Amino acid sequence: MEDAIIETKDLTFSYPADEGEEPVPALRGVDLAIERGSFVVVLGHNGSGKSTLAKTFNGVLLPTGGHVYVDGMDTADEDKLLAIRRTVGMVFQNPDNQIVANVVEEDVAFAPENLGVPTEEIRRRVDEALRLVDMSAFVRHAPHLLSGGQKQRIAIAGVIAMEPACIVLDEATAMLDPVGRREVLTAVHRLNRERGTTVVLITHHMNEAEDADRVIVMDDGRVAMDGTPREIFTRVEELRAMGLTVPDTVDLLDRLRRDGWDVPLDALTAEACADAVFAAANK
Amino acid sequence: MEPILQIQHLTHTYGVGTPFQRSAVEDMSFDVRDGEFLGVIGHTGSGKSTLIQHLNGLLRPTSGRVLLRGKDIWAEPKKIRDVRFQVGLVFQYPEYQLFEETVYKDIAFGPTNQGLTGAELDRRVREAARLVGVRDDQLDKSPFELSGGQKRRVALAGVMAMEPEVLVLDEPTAGLDPAGRENLMANIRDYHRNKKRTIILVSHSMDEIARNVDRILVLKSGHVLLQGTPAEVFARAEELLSAGLDVPQVTRVARALRERGLAIDPAVYTVEALERELTALREGGASC
Amino acid sequence: MLKDITLGQYFPGDTLAHKLDPRTKILLVVFYIVALFCAKSLLAYGILALVLAVCVRISKVGLKSLVRGLKPVVFILIFTGVLNLFFTPGGHTLVQWGVVRISAEGLRNAVFMVLRIMLLIMGTFLMTYTTSPISLTDGLERLLNGLKKLHVPVHELAMIMSIALRFIPTLIEETDKIMSAQKARGADFESGNVIQKARALIPILVPLFVSAIRRAEELAVAMECRCYHGGEGRTKLHVLKYEGRDLIALTLGVLITAGIIALRQFTV
Repeated sequence: MEDAIIETKDLTFSYPADEGEEPVPALRGVDLAIERGSFVVVLGHNGSGKSTLAKTFNGVLLPTGGHVYVDGMDTADEDKLLAIRRTVGMVFQNPDNQIVANVVEEDVAFAPENLGVPTEEIRRRVDEALRLVDMSAFVRHAPHLLSGGQKQRIAIAGVIAMEPACIVLDEATAMLDPVGRREVLTAVHRLNRERGTTVVLITHHMNEAEDADRVIVMDDGRVAMDGTPREIFTRVEELRAMGLTVPDTVDLLDRLRRDGWDVPLDALTAEACADAVFAAANK
Repeated sequence: MEPILQIQHLTHTYGVGTPFQRSAVEDMSFDVRDGEFLGVIGHTGSGKSTLIQHLNGLLRPTSGRVLLRGKDIWAEPKKIRDVRFQVGLVFQYPEYQLFEETVYKDIAFGPTNQGLTGAELDRRVREAARLVGVRDDQLDKSPFELSGGQKRRVALAGVMAMEPEVLVLDEPTAGLDPAGRENLMANIRDYHRNKKRTIILVSHSMDEIARNVDRILVLKSGHVLLQGTPAEVFARAEELLSAGLDVPQVTRVARALRERGLAIDPAVYTVEALERELTALREGGASC
Repeated sequence: MLKDITLGQYFPGDTLAHKLDPRTKILLVVFYIVALFCAKSLLAYGILALVLAVCVRISKVGLKSLVRGLKPVVFILIFTGVLNLFFTPGGHTLVQWGVVRISAEGLRNAVFMVLRIMLLIMGTFLMTYTTSPISLTDGLERLLNGLKKLHVPVHELAMIMSIALRFIPTLIEETDKIMSAQKARGADFESGNVIQKARALIPILVPLFVSAIRRAEELAVAMECRCYHGGEGRTKLHVLKYEGRDLIALTLGVLITAGIIALRQFTV
């Protein structure tokens, strides 16, 4: 792809095995290109390789075979490590374990401080990052007193403050309640829209993929499906075989089709689903 | 029949006499029926976690009472530990409480504290392990070698092995993938069916609650907002939505269809039921 | 219950005491401690107590919170007091009761030692109450900057300290959670002898330790992902700068300390 922010070429990865045991590959030949400015959701059950894949995107894990390129830079190139990490920011699952400071603004400032950004510029970036995640009111708060969703938005702000071209969320919504999950999703969609930041969201929550530009489904260390949410969610049988559920709306339409209804499968919201059913019922 | 648990005018206030004083639970009353599968739903901050810690006496009410089989659990404060064996509580992310050298020993921790030994202890441990799908050959492993999902099962078994009359589960499927969630819920349903014991399931997920429980208790800022069967509760979707809570996706679709003039039962909340409704509607020929 | 522990708690505020540069405050505390150890007369202690009282007044912290800070050391205070009171050799005997003997010297020592510890603790607490942990570590790092030339890992130490401060509330909360979870499985932390009580802690300590290691690993990765690569070339959101008030405060500090030392000449 011409304008790819992240590109993998025949990427394989195995975790080191215990002595005397064969290493089990977590990734078995992945070729992907993440388009600049896109919103990509990577789905898969636990152990499908989705989280391992995410960790190769900024060199937390280095390929055991093949290559990963970030903005044209090979992640295996040690001299480029800082440049790579400031290009692809990473947010992890447990917000508690990625917040460094005990004042919100100090935490958000951590990355730009590391990068040697001048003081006035750090101030600007911190305020802008907190505005983007809608946490401006909490500048001087102690992070440990915030809710899960708020903490995770601080973690996101901490990454945004590096002004990365791409942000990868490695199951960053898994530990949150529905409210927190919605807050985080709203924040990253806004980031994608307003700043044009590429977003790669790793998750096993199907409904988080509804508004994505592209959905990639991982299974057994390979890309099993790749397409728009509509294309992916209509492949009901395949998804189930991979231990994933489909949204209830799609499940309903799938059942009705089997019952002989003439309905499409690609209605993802309740409203769209009702429209489809209503139209078919009136035929 | 007498309810197994009665919560009467329960109030819990944190930080009494400080500027941070606040009531997490306020004048809450409800009954838990013997043998039922009760779902408790509410936002973070609705008082759920404060409430459940009163059921086994980890917290003491500021005012009000908790009755277990008609007896105030705080009647004899020295015997509060016995209540914890009768009302088993599994916290959120329980895998972080594992500490023993082997899975077997960890599951045995609760029953050993109960004073059990020998054959009865062994039976309890093995049965609990089987109930949650922990294999025999895993019993001698270190719990720290297991995967996240398996650790969760071991922790659950550790409470089930106490054979409590009431099992309280706080977000047992949090953080698991869809297949893991469904597997674990299937284990819990089996336990309920086979053991005929009361289960209280606390969950954020309306869909999970809708699919599993007999009765729902909806909490909002320390109060009971609604209670009833899933059909009764979801039929009042407006109240749930205006309280900022979710309703199952199917309920949303059913509401949208009613708005479009289709005669769908407002109490429908599962895919299967809505499919049946729609099929019947079509066969009846009364589309609009 | 564990949540109630106040450990170097910070009370946000906007007073002169809050606004002083953390380095100034650290230096002032050092001067104060030096002065306390040089104080030999009631007058000297009186002056130092007055200085503290003025500082407390300026900070608006409230004497109550400071006195509460003394609670954990009450035992040490009593112990020191009693030790000095009864076991100071020589001097003029005030009371004699069998082998127990209180001398004027002993009484004096006891009062001074207790006063010294009390003022020392309250003075230090006043600093932590008015300085956020992060600017405190920042101040320490800058003050000790010169030691870097001697290959003392000043930045790393400051980083360790600030991360420790960040994780104390998290770990306290976690300890609470694990305790509740084990209590729910019938764990008994209250009864039994010392050995049984110590063994009862294993179900808390093991999970706590495992989780602390996991947190440390995850935090290290997260920090690296945010381009942390040691202290080299780091900038700061808040740059410390000495102001006129710092100069005045430091001058006052030096003068008072010098005065206390000078007072030694006039007392026996």
